[in-house]
Amino acid sequence: MENYSASLNNVFHALADPTRRSVIARLGRGPASIKELAEPFGLGLPSFLKHIKVLESNGLIASEKVGRVRTCKLRRENLAAAEKWFGEQRAAWESRYENLDILLTSLKDEDDES
Amino acid sequence: MKTMKADLQFDFLVNKERNTITIKREFAAKRKLVWDCYTKSELLDRWFAPKPLTTKTKFMDFREGGHWHYAMVEPNGQEYWGRMDYQTIQPIDNYIALDGFCDDTGALNPAFPRSEWHVTFSDVLTRTLVETVVSYASPEALQQVIDMGLKDGLASTLERLDELLLTFN
Repeated sequence: MENYSASLNNVFHALADPTRRSVIARLGRGPASIKELAEPFGLGLPSFLKHIKVLESNGLIASEKVGRVRTCKLRRENLAAAEKWFGEQRAAWESRYENLDILLTSLKDEDDES
Repeated sequence: MKTMKADLQFDFLVNKERNTITIKREFAAKRKLVWDCYTKSELLDRWFAPKPLTTKTKFMDFREGGHWHYAMVEPNGQEYWGRMDYQTIQPIDNYIALDGFCDDTGALNPAFPRSEWHVTFSDVLTRTLVETVVSYASPEALQQVIDMGLKDGLASTLERLDELLLTFN
């Protein structure tokens, strides 16, 4: 099971690495091929592909292969929407359970008085 | 984590592979009292909606095959109607219900997917642990609910994402 905060942490983990951050920043300007993305870093392709895989498995980017070229793009809607909704759900549950704490306390008080 | 009592366990777990959300929370009360708060409408009305909304019950029949027809009401009076259909009930251990969006007559809105709630109550020393597992039928159903809930807020979220991206270089 994936903890919500851990899932955000995964996103932050994915973004904590300077190479991956640069890839995200580059894809923020539009889709790019793996070759274009790898060029500035001087990494071997296998090392670079590991970074791509981390970003892809965390839902931050998507890639598609056409012919011999694999193109990556940012999954910005997916990322922003899902994280926001889960955050709102968490806040809603926290709030309703704080209400329930207060109710339980007042019910116990009523019980003590009777 | 705001004003939550620091020593009461709260877990909020998302499983994106199984389309479930699991919420675990301890309460400083006996299990029977917590069970009552979940299953009696006059008590549900006092806590179920997150602030600043309030809860209003139109109909409650807490038994297998029965349902709870309720609204969560904004301070400005805007009502969001919901319907919880109870499928199995084992007092005071657990119940399974289907939540869904409906109108003020209780007619379900077929455009929106329902979620299944498995709610389990257990003793932890002098406290009660409530585990709620909210399941959606498919990734598409979950995505639909996410899309629906975010129509208004998404533009600003994407703007913030753009600002965030600018800081990466």
